[in-house]
Amino acid sequence: MTVLIATLIVAAIGLICAIMLVLASKFFAVPEDKRFSDIRECLPGANCGACGYAGCDGYAKALAEDDSVKTNLCIPGADAVAKQIADILGKEAEDVIEQVAVIHCYGDCNHTVNKMDYVGISSCGAAKTMYGGNGKCNFGCIGFGDCVKACPQNAICLQNGIAHVNTRLCIGCGICTRTCPQHLITLMADEENLLVTCSNKEKGAAARAKCSNACIGCKKCEKNCPSGAIKVENNLAVIDYSLCTKCGLCAENCPVGCILVSDFNGIHKAGNRS
Amino acid sequence: MEKFLIILMTSVLVNNYVLSRFLGICPFLGVSKKLNQAVGMGLSVTFVMLMSAAATYPIYTYLLVPNGMDYMKTIVFILVIAALVQLVEIILKRYIPALHKSLGIYLPLITTNCAVLGVTINNINDGFGFAESMVSALGCGLGFLLAMVLFAGVRSRIEDANPPESFKGLPITLISASIVALSFMGFTGLVDGIFGK
Repeated sequence: MTVLIATLIVAAIGLICAIMLVLASKFFAVPEDKRFSDIRECLPGANCGACGYAGCDGYAKALAEDDSVKTNLCIPGADAVAKQIADILGKEAEDVIEQVAVIHCYGDCNHTVNKMDYVGISSCGAAKTMYGGNGKCNFGCIGFGDCVKACPQNAICLQNGIAHVNTRLCIGCGICTRTCPQHLITLMADEENLLVTCSNKEKGAAARAKCSNACIGCKKCEKNCPSGAIKVENNLAVIDYSLCTKCGLCAENCPVGCILVSDFNGIHKAGNRS
Repeated sequence: MEKFLIILMTSVLVNNYVLSRFLGICPFLGVSKKLNQAVGMGLSVTFVMLMSAAATYPIYTYLLVPNGMDYMKTIVFILVIAALVQLVEIILKRYIPALHKSLGIYLPLITTNCAVLGVTINNINDGFGFAESMVSALGCGLGFLLAMVLFAGVRSRIEDANPPESFKGLPITLISASIVALSFMGFTGLVDGIFGK
């Protein structure tokens, strides 16, 4: 009998609370902006955070509530999504500058060697804690593929001991840039064609002794650049893409060949072309 | 009157729920990063504590005790408090959306905040009447608010400091929380001293 009363009382309290909550959610309901669900639907839903908001929900909410939020922030979604969002909000569509991830290291097994046999946990982050990684160059790609595991698109693969980005698959979300313990990966506008494939900041001779692809800081590129876009800072060439005219003279004159000329078109342009 | 003052002082300073009894640590660590959020959280916890003390006291006295069910108080209180917090959340979302947004995930966390449950159960264990329970709940809420505000200040200092790599983030926060808690030990005996017992 006691058990029955106890059960009944608890059940009754639960029922009263439930009725109260149902009534409250009816009477105090907040009308949701229809544009929010519309925008949320056309976003890719990868929650990559490339737009600078906390996931696709956050971006959709910001767009629906704040008129000044730009419609072209979704890099994975690119032009198609930007256009859909602009249509929903009744704004002019803005072009999305697609970005791709690029790796500032080309020290594969043909260019550099390991300084030790690392047999610990197979992760770049773990290997870096051991004397800065197993490679001879402490700035370069460690090659255990933390970025490969992080990439949602499977756009990164390991080849000859270092990571490579297949830019045709890259959506430019930037997750790998935050994963790499060496900070070798950056996002770059996919219309660019030149890339410094080295991050070694040591002096020329020391860098050269470690990797035959290393930037030796000779400043030849700097002198040959007609627009002053490439500068050597801390013994390392850095391209200012806002000035670069894509002429490729720096790459032609680089004595070690650490400036790569290529077409980095990402998934969107590659898809449009074919 | 003196009785209420003693209860208030005791619950705010001497038996501070966060720093002396170590209840409600989750929101204490989670929402104390920014002062305005800390104040918002502190106020909503105070509000929820008052509401739950007001709701649970009659339920206990007039429903559970006559039926000999006082052993069920924990479960019943959890149920009532959870429903109350949901109600508060719905109302906040409707009328103060800015606060609702800044409290974010932590508002549902008040549902399972042990400090709220602790207040209601301790009120009963201490044999408080309705008025005393309310004063005690108010005191505990204000104590929580005080701890949140104090710690938000401490944390803004930590943000500027540069602790060793392995202490960054939660470890240094926990260490400083323990030091703040230690300082609250200084209030032991305060009430006896003031009211001369």
